[in-house]
Amino acid sequence: MALNGDPEVILTEQNFTRSAGRQLALYALYALLALVALVYLLSLVMGEASGNVTGSAIDVDNNSITITLREEPPQLDSGRATDAASFVVLAHTMEGLIGYDDNNQLVPGVAERWEIREDGATFWLREDARWNDGRPVTAHDFVFAWSRVVDPATGSEYSFILYPLKNAEAINNGELPVSYLGVEALDDFTLEVTFERPTPYFEKLVAFNTYFPVREDFFASTAGRYGADADMLLYNGPYVISDWVHNASMRWEKNPYYWNDQKGFLDAINVGYITQDVNAKLNLFRDGQIVDTHLVAPMLPAAMEQRWHIQLFMEGTVFFLEFNHRDGRITDNYHFRKALQLAQDPAELVYKALKEASYLPAPSLFPEFISGVNGPFRKEYPPPEHRMNVEESRKHLEMARQELGIDEFPPVVLLTGDTPVALVAAEYYQALYKKHLGLDIRIDAQIFKQRLAKMTSGDFDIVLAGWGPDYDDALTFGDLFASWNLNNRGRYTSDRMDELVRIAQSSLDPQTRMDAFGEIQQLVYDDVVIIPMYERGWSYVVDPRLEGFKRRSIGPEVDYNYAYIESGN
Amino acid sequence: MSALTPADFQPLQTKRQTQGIARPSLSYWQDAWLRLKVNRRALCSLYIVIGLLLFTIAGPLVWRVDPGLQDLDQISQAPFTDRRAIVVEEYQPWDGRSLRTDVNGLHLAQPATTQAVRLKWDALPGASGHRVYRNLFPVGPELAFGVPLAEFYDNETLYFEDRLDLRPQRYYYSVVALEPDGRISDTFETLEVQLQRVTTLSEAVQRGLVGPDAELQIGDPVLLSAHPLGTDYLGRDMLARLMEGARVSLFIGIGAPLLFVLFGVAYGSIAGFMGGRVDSVMMRFADFVVALPFLLFMILFKIAFGIGPGESGVFPMLVALVILMWPATARLVRGQILQIREQGYIAASRLLGAGTGYLVLRHMIPNTMGVVLVTLTFAIPSAIFTEAFLSFIGMGVAPPTPSWGSMSNEGIKTMLTHPHELILPALFISITVLAFNLLGDGLRDALDARMRNQE
Amino acid sequence: MWLYVIKRIAQGIITVWFIATATFFAMHNVPGDPLLNDRAVTGSIRANLEAKYGLDQPLMTQYFIYLGNLTRGDFGISFTQENREVNDIIRQHFPVSAILGVLAVVFAAVGGVLWGALTALFRNRLPDYVIMFLVILGISVPSFVLAALSQLALVNINSIFGTTVLPVAGWGTVSHMLVPALVLGLGTMAYLTRLMRSSMLEVISSDYVRTAKSKGLPATRIFTRHQLRNAILPVITVLGPAIAAITTGGFVVELVFAIPGLGRFFVEAVQQLDYTVIMGTTVFYGAFLVFMVILVDLLYGFIDPRVRLH
Repeated sequence: MALNGDPEVILTEQNFTRSAGRQLALYALYALLALVALVYLLSLVMGEASGNVTGSAIDVDNNSITITLREEPPQLDSGRATDAASFVVLAHTMEGLIGYDDNNQLVPGVAERWEIREDGATFWLREDARWNDGRPVTAHDFVFAWSRVVDPATGSEYSFILYPLKNAEAINNGELPVSYLGVEALDDFTLEVTFERPTPYFEKLVAFNTYFPVREDFFASTAGRYGADADMLLYNGPYVISDWVHNASMRWEKNPYYWNDQKGFLDAINVGYITQDVNAKLNLFRDGQIVDTHLVAPMLPAAMEQRWHIQLFMEGTVFFLEFNHRDGRITDNYHFRKALQLAQDPAELVYKALKEASYLPAPSLFPEFISGVNGPFRKEYPPPEHRMNVEESRKHLEMARQELGIDEFPPVVLLTGDTPVALVAAEYYQALYKKHLGLDIRIDAQIFKQRLAKMTSGDFDIVLAGWGPDYDDALTFGDLFASWNLNNRGRYTSDRMDELVRIAQSSLDPQTRMDAFGEIQQLVYDDVVIIPMYERGWSYVVDPRLEGFKRRSIGPEVDYNYAYIESGN
Repeated sequence: MSALTPADFQPLQTKRQTQGIARPSLSYWQDAWLRLKVNRRALCSLYIVIGLLLFTIAGPLVWRVDPGLQDLDQISQAPFTDRRAIVVEEYQPWDGRSLRTDVNGLHLAQPATTQAVRLKWDALPGASGHRVYRNLFPVGPELAFGVPLAEFYDNETLYFEDRLDLRPQRYYYSVVALEPDGRISDTFETLEVQLQRVTTLSEAVQRGLVGPDAELQIGDPVLLSAHPLGTDYLGRDMLARLMEGARVSLFIGIGAPLLFVLFGVAYGSIAGFMGGRVDSVMMRFADFVVALPFLLFMILFKIAFGIGPGESGVFPMLVALVILMWPATARLVRGQILQIREQGYIAASRLLGAGTGYLVLRHMIPNTMGVVLVTLTFAIPSAIFTEAFLSFIGMGVAPPTPSWGSMSNEGIKTMLTHPHELILPALFISITVLAFNLLGDGLRDALDARMRNQE
Repeated sequence: MWLYVIKRIAQGIITVWFIATATFFAMHNVPGDPLLNDRAVTGSIRANLEAKYGLDQPLMTQYFIYLGNLTRGDFGISFTQENREVNDIIRQHFPVSAILGVLAVVFAAVGGVLWGALTALFRNRLPDYVIMFLVILGISVPSFVLAALSQLALVNINSIFGTTVLPVAGWGTVSHMLVPALVLGLGTMAYLTRLMRSSMLEVISSDYVRTAKSKGLPATRIFTRHQLRNAILPVITVLGPAIAAITTGGFVVELVFAIPGLGRFFVEAVQQLDYTVIMGTTVFYGAFLVFMVILVDLLYGFIDPRVRLH
């Protein structure tokens, strides 16, 4: 056995451990240096890969702000867009014939003035509305855009919103060629529309994204990729998209050719982050990186502690329990539905189970903001009074049982989405109906597409559903349960309902229309078509240095077109 | 002459034991068990595991509370909160009338309780409408009023009833005047309100808070249901939920790893030992399984097993977890076997005539125990969290059946305000993981043949 | 040796083909309709949409068309991100996930090896207990919580220092990478620590180490050449799949830190039943995984001369 060197260096365990430990520390140091080098290397690689824009929430020198988008817009083709994120982007970069001002009033957009008649409408366009390449926006652009929308080959899901136009529905069903559409450009700045049937609320429809203009020659030049990237779009709104890194960020810059100097006060808007995570947004807001965020109930105590000015906005979406009215379903039985209706009170759901300060228990299909003849609809036509009555409910359940001829009720399937709020509501109802009625409710939580598939095929008993307004008229809710409406996925059919909807659609007298809606509201309650749960609202905070920020129920959910930085801060 | 006797010439007895063997001859497993018993930490963790099993099986028999029962008067209650309450009448909708006519300004129309807070006020000067706010903190110079609860755009509605998530604590209500354009002005009034916890007569009777013959009057004090570990976001008892959740979590969390580690060890040993073509094919198959999109196949399994909507698919989940997680273990074991295969003692054993089975079972696998045990103990939390994720999207347990993982998921949302909803299930998961880790350590030490002579 | 590599690559291609086939048929058997959306559409629009995405063909025809496109490198057009080709999506977002994943794995590997060796060396003493405690904590906390807590910590740190020490979310510079990569790699780091520790303990008590010690070799050489090198082998074995797992499993971290990675895309694609993205990403990931495994096996052969690869 040869000893290495000094006889004192006998390898005891302790010595070994110490030396080994020292060696380990040395390796750790090497590793750290290597890590630093790696990180540096990666940063070089990354520098070319991304063009992320970061800025703080408010940049006074550059007159710009940083915001977030909740998700990546699938594409920005105004004729085919269907989701909220796309609508937000389009509202800032494009403009239709008519728009909304910062008081939610309809104001001229590309159209300077217009006339709505029984058989049609005429729009006179302004001559200084331009695309961002300098060329004027003409009536031909609208004709082209609308023709695209109804063309079945385009596959636009919002084509139904153009149905008031003559022949639109027939064209969309493939029965007529596109050239038959009831719209024509009399000259460059005059647009003539022919109606299929009288549509007094047409001006409200026209403000919607699907009616935005698209220029034919530009569209052709994009070779099928229109709306896929920032340079694949032409803009006629207050801002243009100057940069779009998919799923990461966007940058909107002021459109120099935009005609309206009462809109678009900021020079640039950075969409710095695209994420749905509410906590991430809150952290970004606290860190001063974004100008606004919405809050959910668990965050409110922290927000109050920070002394933030919390604001409330009712979005106008109504959530309800929708029944399956198809034959053979237990929910097709009137007494069964009545039993379920009487055993619950939306107030308890909202105030105790959901606990969101911004949610309102919904007494009716129609949300609060819908207008009636001269004032709020629900003031002129008060919703049916609902009182929870467990005894009555049990009586109805017994009647249902006898009518159906069964001894015991089978399990009832409650279809729901996978959002946290939906699951809480579902669990609440499950326990509630078990407690009061002894029913066995099974919760079928599905991801979005599968829930839709099940709804369409009727594979459910009750479904937690919601509906948001497309335009500012009671009809957007009122026609939901007409038997021909494809969105009536519960397949509720009633001659009376159909009759009322037709009156509401075509009558020219506002009073008659509103009376019809009033009756629809009552019918929905009496016949228990649905059980309304709550109206959704948002609690949100805005950086105090920003003024003019708006949230909307019709139009984009967030609107920065009228926002400006408060100087003197 | 010496005193020799004939007895001296008798033949000697053969002694049985000429050498003492210091300890009894033990087999590998007996030796391992002995060493395990001595290892204090391992023993302690064994007791913890037994404790957990008792908690799961015997717990619900002792604590007889329905885990699905929603106590909406005690939502998200932390453990050890005061549960005294006063009995009041059933809730009746309010028409805005006040019992007190002598007071001006913002005041309570009646005593504030957790059932409702009823506010009345007089129209503020210059107001076109009013907005009601509620705050947890007093309103300071920044005029941060708190959370907006309601808005009224006229001067006739001068009352408001708050029923939102009322807790027996102090709130600061403010009524702020609105400008004609709807924005808030600087004119406001504040009221500090302390809420009294209440419950109704019918609730008290139904929940069994009082005996059947007790005569309860309005105004009597009563104790609300006991919840030693608090309640969750729908008022369900945490202790009961943890017990029921243990069933699913432990079943999946221990069952799935055991199964797939067993399978992985077998698969990996065969692949590593056989080598060559068999090894190649087997490993490529393992790669294939790993690359499959887990979620997609999870959905298919659920359908294949015929699990209907709203039913708990625990068994398909177990199968899916096993089928989709074994490759990692297989790869690990194969690597070890490849190494061990070339060791000297293997060749020696073979020379002595050992068959393949004997080699693999008796020599190779015990030497991979260290690595296998680590994988096993890590697989447990992994399985629990995967189960949580699946339950969250409807692929696992259906509500209201809880599992520790799904309870953690739900607890995240209220992490900052009601941390106990997250901490408790996470704690149980941690304890389980810790126990199995220590047990695994002890097992590895006990099973490692080389440690036989070291103590 | 090169023959071995070629053979492995050929096998890899076959494996990827299997993956593509299995996923294709699985996907089409999952209930749900990718073309359904919130607003219902008329029959003729539906027919047009189906034709556009080739869903009107019988399943086997769709399969062969897809395979054909695959060999040409054409993954098709996304269902949800209309007008974006899946190739583009992968090309733009995979590097993000890859960078994040590589960094996370490096953190995990380096950390795991170092901590594991440390605890093995100082077994049953203070460093062992402390690190083991942290390891247990690290694996029993779900990743959502870890990500959320770390982000909150960043916010607080930034407000204490009054300036942005590290960004709270987003992507674009080095400082955006650090915390997300750490959070992502923490779970694997814990696992590797334990693995390394276990492996080291075995090696420490092995005969050849005892021989080396009694031979009088210097401690550092024993430590490095014998102990570390042998103990690290199991770690390397799991590294391959670990890289693949981390890169594909970054969904939570990508969501919380608003990082435009492929993990987020993939999960959302499954939820939206976006067929082309699901197929494209799965095939791509499969190929990536196979590649990683081949790499790791080669590495293994280099480090351990006893392992004969044939």
